[in-house]
Amino acid sequence: MTDISHASDVLSSGADGLAEARAANARQIRNAKISAAVRYIILFGVGLLMLYPLIWLVGASFKTNAEIFANPGFIPQEPTTEGYVKGWETSTPYTFGRFFLNSFLIIIPKVIGTAISCTMVAYGFARFDFPLKKLLFGSVIAILLLPNVVTRIPQYLLFRDLGWLDSFLPLWVPSAFAGDAFFVFMLVQFLRAIPGDMEEAARVDGANSWQTLVFIVVPMLAPALISVCLFQFMWTMNDFLGPLIYISSVDKYPVSLALKLSIDTTEAFEWNRILAMSVLTITPALIVFFMAQKYFIEGLSAGGVKG
Amino acid sequence: MARLQLSKLEKVYGGGFKAVHGIDLDVEEGEFMVLVGPSGCAKSTTLRMIAGLEEVTSGEIRIGDRIVNALPPGKRRIAMVFQNYALYPHMKVRSNLAFGLRLAHVPKAEREAAVQEVARILEIEPLLDRLPKQLSGGQAQRVALGRALIKKPEVFLFDEPLSNLDAKLRASMRVRITDLHKRLKAEGRPSTVVYVTHDQTEAMTMGDRICVMKDGHIMQVATPKELYDRPANLFVAGFIGSPEMNVIDGQIEGTDFRLGGQVIALDEAVLNRMHSKPQEAALGIRPQHMKLSAGNGLTARLRSAEFMGHEVYLHAMLEGKEITTVAGAAEYDALDRSDERIRLTPDLGHAHIFDRQSGRNVSLPLAG
Repeated sequence: MTDISHASDVLSSGADGLAEARAANARQIRNAKISAAVRYIILFGVGLLMLYPLIWLVGASFKTNAEIFANPGFIPQEPTTEGYVKGWETSTPYTFGRFFLNSFLIIIPKVIGTAISCTMVAYGFARFDFPLKKLLFGSVIAILLLPNVVTRIPQYLLFRDLGWLDSFLPLWVPSAFAGDAFFVFMLVQFLRAIPGDMEEAARVDGANSWQTLVFIVVPMLAPALISVCLFQFMWTMNDFLGPLIYISSVDKYPVSLALKLSIDTTEAFEWNRILAMSVLTITPALIVFFMAQKYFIEGLSAGGVKG
Repeated sequence: MARLQLSKLEKVYGGGFKAVHGIDLDVEEGEFMVLVGPSGCAKSTTLRMIAGLEEVTSGEIRIGDRIVNALPPGKRRIAMVFQNYALYPHMKVRSNLAFGLRLAHVPKAEREAAVQEVARILEIEPLLDRLPKQLSGGQAQRVALGRALIKKPEVFLFDEPLSNLDAKLRASMRVRITDLHKRLKAEGRPSTVVYVTHDQTEAMTMGDRICVMKDGHIMQVATPKELYDRPANLFVAGFIGSPEMNVIDGQIEGTDFRLGGQVIALDEAVLNRMHSKPQEAALGIRPQHMKLSAGNGLTARLRSAEFMGHEVYLHAMLEGKEITTVAGAAEYDALDRSDERIRLTPDLGHAHIFDRQSGRNVSLPLAG
């Protein structure tokens, strides 16, 4: 009899324990939900705060000039595309299309040149031994640390003597000769993380250095190369100082200068035109970024080789 | 399908470190030569010099009748299998196999036929359209093997190809590679193989001949049986065979081998074989040839026993030196272990006498 009562004690205590465990689980799930909700509210709030100027920019580009400063909200009360139409026409003999074309005439050779030249230089530094390699790589790093400003004047004088002023050449030729130490450095680091075995296998298979580079190294380097191209694209699109220094004819202005142009020439600024053109200016960079986002992140996280 | 000859091959690295000390090695046509040794013995460096991936400091590498020192790897008519497969990660298995042929401008139809043939031999046909990251270790290694095979090279080079595989797979790949070697021979296109490993089991089971290396020197080149039965020096004696050969230090006095307080009387069989009598000597004898005996023989103190199934490894102390002996399971059960003392009789017919100073085996006929 005592045994049986003892057993039932155990059973009931077992049931109690089960109920307790259930309650603890429920509590845990509830806490997790609350913490997730709080987290998302904070993230959403901060995100909105960061994005608000951009959202406002897009909204304001559809407002009338009078409304832009009258109303802090971003939803236009009387939406109009006047800013886009007039802004596209510009106050110059050229439309904004011309300035976009100019921008792309700089960006396309610069991005392609950067990708090719930096890959070759990085491959050389990462995989070959040659005299003065350490010194040369040291100077690459030194260039990386050098502020751009200090080279402006000597560069200007050089390009003036070459007769390249008021042309696109000073804006892209240096980059096409691996002039951007940052990209060289980035690719060297990426290459160092890729084991050399595949390249050795290719050499045994009969590939020379160029074939190894093109068939084996470049495909493995692709994520990093995409990052390089993206960075170069965005930085060139946004570059203001370079074109300002080297380009003097309005018909050669890229969009970054053209935007400033509309501020200069009108006395009463047509803000909605400027904002509308600003929206157009950032669009290509945004589109390219979202398209290549996946590779971009892969390329930035160093040593993107899966085991 | 060619003979490989290394003569006075040397490798000195930039810092002045001499990795390979003028080695000479002849690999016959169709022979399976295994380079074996502990890590850092320069076996991989030697292989990489043969492949052309490492520059030769001095000496000569000859494949067939050509001196290949100055040729790039692709022109040496060799193929290499790497330890970590080194498959091209962005190419499908099919393209991985055909890459070498593509570089050699072999027409597409011919390439495809070669891929099919190799895939059939290695049973990787279902994998042809996969990427390397979708393969298991064993599959990847077979593809790597295929990539070497498809080129029909004169010399195959293997750089520890099985060390990334688990034990079971390693055993089956071992058989597969030796079978393949035999099969090619039977088909009338024998392939010369140089196979690097640090695993003596692989070396013993796969090689026609084995080249044992240490610190950039060749210690001995011989068939597996010869290495096991007649090691040229202490290093080879210790490296080949498991459990390891017992090496007992002592002095030779007349016809006696004296170790501490105990004496082994060397019989005619041993004495006649010896071509010199070193002052400081070492007696080398495999655990299998140390028999448990009742009554007489050397006295050792039993320390531990490892049960291996049908036999037992006994670890004992003999005059302050740890030795191993192998006993049958029944023999071990019958052993009187009450006082931890065991009696051992060495089978002197299988014993070797080494010169402690030079490490040379003085009980072998001098190399002619």
